[in-house]
Amino acid sequence: MSFFTPENLEKAKVLVGLYPDRRSALIPLCHLAQGQRGHLSHEAIEEIAELLEIQPAEVMGTASFYDMLHTEDVGKYLVGVCTNVACLLGGGQELLDHASDVLGVSPGGTTEDGMFTLEEVECVAHCDKAPCAQVNYRYFGPLGNGDFDTLVDDLKNDRLSESVPPHGVLSRVFRDAPPMVPLEIIHQERRKMDEAKKARLAAQNPDAGGKQ
Amino acid sequence: MSTDAPQNLITISVDGKEIHAKSGELLIEAAEKAGIFIPRFCFHNRLPQVGVCRMCLVEVKGPRGFALQPSCYLPVADGMEVITDSEKVKKAQDGVLEFLLINHPLDCPTCDKGGECPLQDQTLTFGPGESRFIEEKRHWEKPIAISKLVFLDRERCIQCDRCTRFADVVAGDALIEFFGRGDHTEVNVFPERPFTSYFSGNTVQICPVGALTASPYRFKARPWDLSQVESSCTTCSMGCRIMVQSSQNQLTRYLGLDSDSVNHGWLCDKGRFGFEAVNSPERVTAPLARKDDDYVETTWAGALSQVVEKIGEAKAAGDSHRIGFILGSRLTNEDMYAWVKLAKGVIGTDNVDLNMGDGLKGSIVAGLPRATINEAVSSKAILAFTGDIKEEIPVLFLRLREAVKAGRTKLVTIGTRANSLDGLSEATARIGIDELKSFARGLLKDGSEFGEIGAVLSSQGVGSDGDGLVVLLGRENLSVDQSVAEAFALELARALPKARFLITLRSTNFSGGTDLGAAPGLLPGRSLLGDVSEALAERWVTTPSHAGLSVEGMLKSALRGELDLIFVVGADPRADFIDSELANAALDEVDFVVSVDTYMSETSSRADLVLPAAAFAEKSGTTTNFEGRIFTLNQKVTPPGVCRPDWIIASEIALEMGEDLGFGSSSEVLDEIAAVSQLHWGLSWSRLTAAATVEGALVPLSPTALSIRRRAMLDQVSTPGIASVWNQGLAQSKTAYLDVDSADGSIDPASRAVQGIGLPEPLWPMEAIQPAGSLSLDYIRKLYSRGEHLTRSPHLSELIVKPKCRISYDTAKQLGVKTGESVRIIDTGGGEASFEAEVDDAVKEGAVELIHGSFLVSGFSPVRADKAVNYVKVERA
Amino acid sequence: MSTKIVTARVGVKDSHTIAAYIEHGGYKALRKALLEMTPEEVQAEVTASGMLGRGGAGFETGRKWSMLKQDLVKYLVVNGDESEPSTFKDHLLVENDPHQLVEGTLITAYAIGASRAFIYLRGEFAFGLERVQAAINEAYAYGAVGGNIFGSGFSVDLVLQPGAGAYICGEETALIESLEGKRGYPRIKPPYFPAVIGLYGAPTIVNNVETMSNVPWIVTNGGKAFAALGKGRSTGTRLFALSGDVMRPGNYELEMTSKTFRELIYDSDLGGGLKEGRSVKAVIPGGVSAPWIGPDNLDLPLGQDEVAQAGSMLGSGSIIVLDDHSCAVRAAWRITKFFNRESCGQCTPCREGSGWIEKIMHRIEMGSGTESDLDLVLDACDNIAPGLTWPPQQTTICVLGPSIPSSVVSAIKMFRDEFMIHIKEEGCPFVH
Ligand SMILES: Cc1cc2nc3c(=O)[nH]c(=O)nc-3n(C[C@H](O)[C@H](O)[C@H](O)COP(=O)(O)O)c2cc1C
Ligand code: SF4
Ligand code: FES
Repeated sequence: MSFFTPENLEKAKVLVGLYPDRRSALIPLCHLAQGQRGHLSHEAIEEIAELLEIQPAEVMGTASFYDMLHTEDVGKYLVGVCTNVACLLGGGQELLDHASDVLGVSPGGTTEDGMFTLEEVECVAHCDKAPCAQVNYRYFGPLGNGDFDTLVDDLKNDRLSESVPPHGVLSRVFRDAPPMVPLEIIHQERRKMDEAKKARLAAQNPDAGGKQ
Repeated sequence: MSTDAPQNLITISVDGKEIHAKSGELLIEAAEKAGIFIPRFCFHNRLPQVGVCRMCLVEVKGPRGFALQPSCYLPVADGMEVITDSEKVKKAQDGVLEFLLINHPLDCPTCDKGGECPLQDQTLTFGPGESRFIEEKRHWEKPIAISKLVFLDRERCIQCDRCTRFADVVAGDALIEFFGRGDHTEVNVFPERPFTSYFSGNTVQICPVGALTASPYRFKARPWDLSQVESSCTTCSMGCRIMVQSSQNQLTRYLGLDSDSVNHGWLCDKGRFGFEAVNSPERVTAPLARKDDDYVETTWAGALSQVVEKIGEAKAAGDSHRIGFILGSRLTNEDMYAWVKLAKGVIGTDNVDLNMGDGLKGSIVAGLPRATINEAVSSKAILAFTGDIKEEIPVLFLRLREAVKAGRTKLVTIGTRANSLDGLSEATARIGIDELKSFARGLLKDGSEFGEIGAVLSSQGVGSDGDGLVVLLGRENLSVDQSVAEAFALELARALPKARFLITLRSTNFSGGTDLGAAPGLLPGRSLLGDVSEALAERWVTTPSHAGLSVEGMLKSALRGELDLIFVVGADPRADFIDSELANAALDEVDFVVSVDTYMSETSSRADLVLPAAAFAEKSGTTTNFEGRIFTLNQKVTPPGVCRPDWIIASEIALEMGEDLGFGSSSEVLDEIAAVSQLHWGLSWSRLTAAATVEGALVPLSPTALSIRRRAMLDQVSTPGIASVWNQGLAQSKTAYLDVDSADGSIDPASRAVQGIGLPEPLWPMEAIQPAGSLSLDYIRKLYSRGEHLTRSPHLSELIVKPKCRISYDTAKQLGVKTGESVRIIDTGGGEASFEAEVDDAVKEGAVELIHGSFLVSGFSPVRADKAVNYVKVERA
Repeated sequence: MSTKIVTARVGVKDSHTIAAYIEHGGYKALRKALLEMTPEEVQAEVTASGMLGRGGAGFETGRKWSMLKQDLVKYLVVNGDESEPSTFKDHLLVENDPHQLVEGTLITAYAIGASRAFIYLRGEFAFGLERVQAAINEAYAYGAVGGNIFGSGFSVDLVLQPGAGAYICGEETALIESLEGKRGYPRIKPPYFPAVIGLYGAPTIVNNVETMSNVPWIVTNGGKAFAALGKGRSTGTRLFALSGDVMRPGNYELEMTSKTFRELIYDSDLGGGLKEGRSVKAVIPGGVSAPWIGPDNLDLPLGQDEVAQAGSMLGSGSIIVLDDHSCAVRAAWRITKFFNRESCGQCTPCREGSGWIEKIMHRIEMGSGTESDLDLVLDACDNIAPGLTWPPQQTTICVLGPSIPSSVVSAIKMFRDEFMIHIKEEGCPFVH
């Protein structure tokens, strides 16, 4: 049983084929899985591990390093308020407090209806619009308290569905061209390179001991 | 700069002192050899370096003056200037220690590691008295079980990456990983995927703190209560070097010792945690005589006189050939020799063997040119035709894996079935039994059908005479008779006379036993019955007049009523002999079965007389690994009840018969071995222990065998037990070189080099015809195949494999069965048994896979001793 | 109006599309490089331009390329992870002129002979990812990337790689690990440069988005023309991201050294000054990893060496202004919190030290600090960056570690009295 829909499985295979080492597709595949389910489920991780020919623990270990990959469910809208220094100077902390009041959850929490998860985020490179917030990584700012209320209202009433897709959907533009330099060529050259390197090492150190 | 440095060495300056080092050696190691110990946590000499803990920072002069550098990551270069004792270095190291402690729970009083913890030790030695950290510490749920054997306490973890590196890089089981980021980083497993690596115990050993603990050891003892001796693991034929620790006469733990030639410090979990079996309350502790369906305790005197009476009766009924000896491979060399001497040298029968139908003929084992592990891993290429090394000799798998991954050798595999080595191999050929002959004859010749394998070997520079090739020879598939592997080996040895062999059979001391004559047709020292040396003749009352029987031969002979008395010493043929039907039927026929055993096994629980034997660590002696390398085994605890070492039991029987075997201690047995066997010439207990070599001694001894070996060295960070604090600051004296030879007269083994005995002609069995409607059988072994060792170890017993039958998708489809459903297997003798099916495409089409040792069903034996190749019928049950 | 290089097309209608790009001279440089120049000639122009990398470290781009180990397989990786707080210049470039980035990347791939090129873009740039992927798709369709580009015989593929939220992946070796599908752990040095061992163990060039975006202009106009702009080592223009307590925060492309901090902050077409009646308290130049500079340094020109001489760095070209109504303790604490959250956790001093320092700073800001805490925090900083010098020494693997002390030490040095008020009055004297 597959986690990925047939359409996404196709995309996954294309992604795996882009890199000289398939593990490189790990993050793109995690985004793909989040796009499908809203978060990175264990089921998805197991399937990604299979596609990459590694252990689920390795996928989990890598995914859990990154803030954007959520192994537990989050709201449809992940609202991130920046409180890093530029936003802080512009009132980011106050905006976060206000957001917390309006949504009724503290940072890290999800509203009961599963609509919103609130996060305190680090600088999102939108500092000229401080204080700013991102919703599913779409940027808004500068945000006064009133602007924030309007934003929430717009999201609740689906007025922003065009620009703000549900959480997990990142880029809606996919690669439409296969790579033209076949990986096989890179692999071949890579092998030649490795052999040469090994030969060099062997020449330098003929009695390579039992060390790793 | 390096003018006065010995050849190949460079000179660096450490704290103003000039030291010599190998170019490219890591600074931390070079300094240590020169007696300067630099503290460390993440560094481990058998793991790739990561330099993350930052404890080993020292000042190194660079283009912009002295700067702090991790000495574990920096290779030395000629002229390098290093400072390890400046204020700056001390402050940096103290700083790291303090950082490590701020979030550490400091629960030392309840921590298994307390007392042998480098974090604790270094804090006591160098650390500040009072903590400057007054904030709330990081919290994690206290120990979580990440497998049946390993617990993890994340609060104690210092993120040194040792366990995760080991699991990924060394074991290839990336089942534990770092999760999260920054100061929320934790080690963990993926949900529902426990850390089921065969090698998990190593992570516990190398964890520098008490984050990983082993369930069989948890809360068993405090390190300062432990005492320890060096020894060798006898779970399989690798002979991994270990430290055996005990507390209050109970074994508590084994730790791997770092031996360059053998295990590199690693152990498999089966070996590591098997100490529980020795402690088992189910041990036989007194001689037991059968009375009707029950046993009554008897005295040694009573038991011995009964044994001698039976020997007399059997001899009277015919001659000594109505007596047989089945020896177990767990016996020490001293045990082997004593029993061989009793059988062959006192009673005069050659019916002595230790091959349970899963081995190879002793005379062939003794005759093939051997290689060592180190030769194999640095050979031009390795050809494997062997049982699954990962399942049978797990630490050898680690050695091979490491060498192949590092590109030091290349591996090719052939066989009838998929095997863990395939994943490491450059080329793999699935081969039919009937193709083996042409493979062996045609390898490295033009026009061979197995061109891919030949091409790999040639491109690696293997000579057409096999020069540079090491063959791993074992029993690739137990459903194929041993004669096939034997013929194959003989054929290869002829075609490629310079190829050498590693006999990768798993049975512990098969090699020592064979070397000491525990096989029909052989006498001690890899010599044939006829070659009675003067020394032997002097010490043996008699020698067999003609060749005797193998275990299989004895069982068949028993079935015909031709054997009256069988001694089963340290073996369990009813459970372990490859054709269990034959073993059970035959042993039922024998008048009198004497079993020398440690537990009531399948065999001893139906024997007529059971003699209690001392177990591992309850006696001293030596054992030989599959390379022919001899290691010491040291006594650590006293045996329970009146158990005795097996060699003493043989001596006592001889005495009761009026013959003195001539030795009163195991070291005297070794002296006699060295006297009668050319192969063992020069060996003595004092020599083995004086050298205190972790590397053991390869026989025949070479001039350097005992002279320049390094003493046992433990990973300084996870130095176990009592010596912990002591070890942290200790360097040079512990790695002192010992030159035994100069202290002990000269050795001239070259003139005594023992040649292998001649090899016979290859004898291929008749071609097997597959009966219509049958499937071929993959009869294999798993690490956790049932055995006394496992059943008597409470924690390991949970891991014993279930009796399953694996089939391919196609077979499953044809039979109409799914995973979890039941199938009936009918063997060629008509016996049958039901198994749970598991559908798996790793099994080849048209085959079923059964695990030897996972079941014991009366009347059923999928392998029959008289078949060259076994087929079975499978039905939906 | 000073010369605009990377932002020349910003504001042009549909500047992100290939049509607009070509209309404004796009892909000519790539044609020129591929059809009229050898890779060595391209490299020579970039070397002549003297362009310093725009990612933060300020290493000469031409020199970096020349250090690339010649081997069968080589890679090019473009660093678009832009996460240094208050840096938002690449954000502008990828959204507004993605083709310029693609073209610069392709020219570079040609110049260094890359087997494959990757653009690693910060995961949070959802819109940027869409823009760059669309640009790559258009470029493939146009024949500017892929097989036999423009009939030149040169082939290379370009792959867009999204990040997933981890500041440390901006560090080039962590970025490589991340691109390999691993945890973003910076690699330990040596080797010192990915140019020797980089992606998949092969020699690799890592360059910043802005660096790449300058390349087409250099090829078109020549390295000399680029070098003619600016002064000393600071050649060409730079995109300065101005934020904090100024009236007109934003990105300003300026010829290097042509303006001072004061002009950038106060000029009406630039920062537009501060709020009525306020004055500059401190400036954080070059990202939060940089030590702060005080009002006495406002007349420094915006140049690499000029700022270095003042004991800080121009870094990523972001400039945060703190006015006299802002709390230095609070700002320094928040920056420490950032580093604590973003420490990769690999090495001890950074993983544990960042958290400890953050806790102490927070305690002080909240009013429960003591005077001895100042010594304690400085000593903890010293255990990460021994000597607290600039440029720093370090006990850590990468330079995130020694970036932690920068703000803390600056704040304590420059505003010790403010710390003391927090301690004595048991709270922050500023209203937020
Ligand atoms: C902690 C840390 C974060 C960094 N973040 C970025 C970044 O977001 N973008 C960037 O281009 N360079 C970043 N760098 C610098 C890169 O390591 C590298 O020097 C740069 O990408 C090289 O490109 P350039 O030569 O074109 O400047 C960072 C460095 C460090 C130590
Ligand atoms: S200094 Fe910090 S970010 Fe850099 S490697 Fe060490 S822990 Fe990771
Ligand atoms: S960094 Fe060298 S031992 Fe850990």
